[in-house]
Amino acid sequence: MDASNPLAGAAVVAENLSIRFGTGDAATLALSDIDLTIGQGDFVSLIGPSGCGKTTLLRAIADLVQPSSGLLRVNGMTPEAARLARAYGYVFQAPALLPWRSVARNVTLPLEIAGMGRAERQAEAERNLALVGLADFARKFPWQLSGGMQQRVSIARALSFKPSLLLMDEPFGALDEITRDGLNLHLHELWASSGLTGVFVTHSIPEAVFLSTHIVVMSLRPGRVVEVIESALPRLRRLEDRETPEFLALSHRVRAALYDGHGHG
Amino acid sequence: MTKKALPVATVLVAVLILWYAAAVWLNAPQAEALMDPDQPHGLWAVAQACWSMDRPVLPAPDQIASALIYSVFGFPLSSPRNLLLQAGYTAETTVIGLFFGLILGILLAIGIVHIRTLDRSVMPWVIASQTVPVLAIAPMLVVALGAMGVTGLVPKAAIVAYLTFFPVTVGMVKGFRTPDPLQLDLMHTYSAGEMTIFAKLRWPSAMAFLFPSLKVAVALAVTGAIVAEMPTGAQVGLGARLLAGSYYGQTMMMWSALVMASLLALAGLLAVTLLERGVILLRGGRL
Repeated sequence: MDASNPLAGAAVVAENLSIRFGTGDAATLALSDIDLTIGQGDFVSLIGPSGCGKTTLLRAIADLVQPSSGLLRVNGMTPEAARLARAYGYVFQAPALLPWRSVARNVTLPLEIAGMGRAERQAEAERNLALVGLADFARKFPWQLSGGMQQRVSIARALSFKPSLLLMDEPFGALDEITRDGLNLHLHELWASSGLTGVFVTHSIPEAVFLSTHIVVMSLRPGRVVEVIESALPRLRRLEDRETPEFLALSHRVRAALYDGHGHG
Repeated sequence: MTKKALPVATVLVAVLILWYAAAVWLNAPQAEALMDPDQPHGLWAVAQACWSMDRPVLPAPDQIASALIYSVFGFPLSSPRNLLLQAGYTAETTVIGLFFGLILGILLAIGIVHIRTLDRSVMPWVIASQTVPVLAIAPMLVVALGAMGVTGLVPKAAIVAYLTFFPVTVGMVKGFRTPDPLQLDLMHTYSAGEMTIFAKLRWPSAMAFLFPSLKVAVALAVTGAIVAEMPTGAQVGLGARLLAGSYYGQTMMMWSALVMASLLALAGLLAVTLLERGVILLRGGRL
């Protein structure tokens, strides 16, 4: 890290970031003047009502959307340079597995594209599938797996490049509550043991509070950051912790900030 | 298999009964003229006469079958009168034409999907090309190519390719465009170039469209090959036999060439189906 550059130490830095879709009268402001710093090793949830631009912010970090104005740096680089340097893994709302590839070959896809050798690829896939608890399913095909398992495969795939940054766009939104709890715990343990930086888009307050070191509350039209709430919960958490007064107090604070933001809209 | 066998057999029997009845109906005027008018003859005798004429209007199925067997086994394979040899010529035209049609169709689809100007400028011409009846264009192509000194297999294969590229282009354009925005975003996060996206995403997505297109193309290819054999002076192939049969009033010759042509198309469809099964197997049970 370049010590002379104050931005270099952070995983993500946004300054006065605005994103506009369309032109002229039809233009809509998706994100307005976002200032946000995500430190290395943090787990940050972006929470807000539908259409508040949280997915757009995540996509901008991933270089899937271009900022209209302002500054955005990922690991001290432009989003494009970070993408080319394979600095992040991205987990989409849907698993987006390729149905004609086995689970193992879905996980090796990014490595195949990066030009890694076959044996090395396979070893890497085994390791990443073991991380998400699916080592025994390598030879299965996506349609033979449940929705939760498919999403775990897509997380294993996102870990392929050994990224320092994991971007997740409501990855568990379509799953039932019990599966979701299990995956949240799994993701939490994965993050806690790996030193990854996580950016997580969600609608769910308990999910955000359970997973995050920082919760970014956003508001609607235009998308703005209302408040960044730092969690005082211990770094390592168990599902039972969701019943503690500290957890509930934090949830309450997030909810209040959300309704606050709504009031301005 | 057994579930299908009974309905198929029932339909077959119904068709055969209707066929024999139709043969009596169509052949009776000629058959009665040939019979001795002084001899009393019943309906059954007329029917038998209708089913055993040398040049019937409509030959009975057993007559076609024996004509077919005779034309395949009655002559050495090298003899031009052997129907299998003629079917071989047609098969050669079909396979070569289909191969080039497939390549042309896929290349056009790749261009149309990747280059916006091609999408706008070529697609209407692709559709227009198929509104010209092949019966009109085949002789012109054969004559034009013949004037340039190109004769034999090439003009015929060209006509087959002309007919078969169309379903392939239409199917593959659709197939190459099936990947959804999410899958394309995924490839973008891997910084994959257009070539990689094509190889890893578009091509495998299009497989589900390739095989139906190919089945349509096979049926068209056999028809195309036979039509192409007619204006070339009807020298070789099933088309030549059909033309010769109609010229000399040899209905049985025509029918056996016809049956052979549909057997050829069936073999082609079977080959495509087997190929499809193989690809499905490689892809874990889904296309």
